[in-house]
Amino acid sequence: MSFWKRAFPTLLLMLVAGSALAAGGDLGAVKKAEVNIPAIVMFLVFVAATLGITYWAAQRTKTAKDFYAAGGGITGFQNGLAIAGDYMSAASFLGISGLVFLNGYDGVIFSVGWLVGWPIIMFLIAEQLRNLGKYTYADIVAYRFERVPMRTLAATAALIVVILYLIGQMVGAGKLIQVLFGLDYTYAVIIVGILIILYVTFGGMLATTWVQIIKACLLLAGATIIAFGALYLASDGSMSPERMFAKAVEARKGDLSIMGPGKLVSDPIEAISLGLALMFGTAGLPHILMRFFTVSNAIEARKSVFYATGWIGYFYILTFLMGFGAIVLLTGHPEFADPSAVGGIKGGQNMAAVNLSAAVGGNLLLGFISAVAFATILAVVSGLTLAGASAISHDLYANVFAHGNVDEQQEVRVSKMATVVLGIIAILLGIAFEKQNIAYLVALTFSVAASANFPILLMSIYYGKMTTRGALIGGWLGLISATVLVIVGPTVWKEILQLGDPLFGYKYPAFISMTIAFLGIWIGSIMDNSERAKKEHEAFIAQDVRCQTGIGAEGAASH
Amino acid sequence: MQQDLVHAIKSNPKYHELVSKRSRFAWIMSVVMLVIYYAFILTIAFDKPFMATPLWSGSVTTVGIPIGIGVIISAFILTGIYIRRANAVFDKLNREIKEEVL
Repeated sequence: MSFWKRAFPTLLLMLVAGSALAAGGDLGAVKKAEVNIPAIVMFLVFVAATLGITYWAAQRTKTAKDFYAAGGGITGFQNGLAIAGDYMSAASFLGISGLVFLNGYDGVIFSVGWLVGWPIIMFLIAEQLRNLGKYTYADIVAYRFERVPMRTLAATAALIVVILYLIGQMVGAGKLIQVLFGLDYTYAVIIVGILIILYVTFGGMLATTWVQIIKACLLLAGATIIAFGALYLASDGSMSPERMFAKAVEARKGDLSIMGPGKLVSDPIEAISLGLALMFGTAGLPHILMRFFTVSNAIEARKSVFYATGWIGYFYILTFLMGFGAIVLLTGHPEFADPSAVGGIKGGQNMAAVNLSAAVGGNLLLGFISAVAFATILAVVSGLTLAGASAISHDLYANVFAHGNVDEQQEVRVSKMATVVLGIIAILLGIAFEKQNIAYLVALTFSVAASANFPILLMSIYYGKMTTRGALIGGWLGLISATVLVIVGPTVWKEILQLGDPLFGYKYPAFISMTIAFLGIWIGSIMDNSERAKKEHEAFIAQDVRCQTGIGAEGAASH
Repeated sequence: MQQDLVHAIKSNPKYHELVSKRSRFAWIMSVVMLVIYYAFILTIAFDKPFMATPLWSGSVTTVGIPIGIGVIISAFILTGIYIRRANAVFDKLNREIKEEVL
């Protein structure tokens, strides 16, 4: 620990100096923005503040519980903001507002699907998670089952989801920084990688959570200013959405189709499957599930979901306003035009919100939003990295390889090493995937989360007759079928590999792979007559009592 | 947890009341959310012209917009309803169980 403490200020200096240097150098290449001074200043302020928090958190992070779960001392309100922060990734901030800018109403369909997963999480798993779990969601699925195979399955699925999600975030980060700060893609990816390693190794969950909370507040404030500013300007000062919509249709030369659903959902089966993946995929994302262990009890876990749902819903309504505001305020304005890019605006459709901030508040707001967008990526990537590192140290190392015989300090050391390794992997993947089409990653991430993680999680809480064998069969089948079906589906098979007509016609395979997973669990469990299965049935009673009442839960208040 | 404690809780009638009340409520609320969401997405899949109908005669705003925002708000309201009932009923039962057995 003392090494970390001594090394920290030096690293901090190196990093700030390094990023300033990198920002100043190498500006000649094409497609990069001019240097935006307010953006760089605000970004450096954010980095300095978050590193300050990390230093503060490092001194409070001593035990494994501190590292993985911020000591269990986060309140429901704070955790709600942090969860909302995990959700308000650059993909949803820039992606959804860009989608609305491009297609109008269709953009709403994604946001609605992502949001409605939350109430279900609250009703069925949030409190139970808090009562049963310790640090990772594998704690729950391994609670009454055989430790080694269950942890291996849960950690594998968690790592796959984390890495897929990381690729998307890293590529997004690199491109965003390239456009916003005029910084080389590779430098951008490396800076993100170094910062997240610092946050996570030194500050653990406490720093990760506070970075996320601060960013959530900044992003909510920024999005509120842009959305209502845009509504004001786009409605000629009347604040009437109807007036803004009318002008948007006018800007699109009378094209009313932006006001209703378009091509995104045409096939009912695709619609159902997309819905399943978005809703239940959310309930299987390891970095989100982990947040439920940072609060002190089930009541706070419940509160977190309530606040998170409110903030996320409000944020999605803002992205909707931003998208339409962008149609009015960016279309036909030469200073934002770039005929060669998607959507005809600078940086392509995903920069709609960023360009809009300049239209609403000039260079200063543009700088603020650029800095916030970067902060968003840093915060989300840190959460993901921590979740991945926990799967390695807590599940694979401590419980699979060392069979639970490992002291806490050693486990924390391993998770710090895992963080460094994951950070480096993230940098390398970010560079490797720079020019790849990564659209399929969303389908894959959410389908795997919904088909492998969610079914075993839900069934281990509610299905008393589940056995290790059933869980393993269902979990692996869900994981494999989701992956294979995405690969032979339209996005990968046809668009990326260009092998002609896909073998499987749907982009989101969740309706099949989730069914396979649940059937696998059920059939595998009822066919299991082993001695072990009988013990596991009996153990369900004790698990259920703890799950329902919270008596015996980790960190529960003593009476 | 020790076996005798598990049995004490298991045989407490309030525990059964808590479990059955909460499970029933949680599943009903989940089904309500699923029905709202799937009504929304299947309307989009099957009846796009309906979603694109003007909200009032001559308006640009379509029926789909308040419906979409309505689904978002309904998610928030449902979580709010759950919290209210959980605070008033489930937590009270849970406290009583703890007082009786611990």
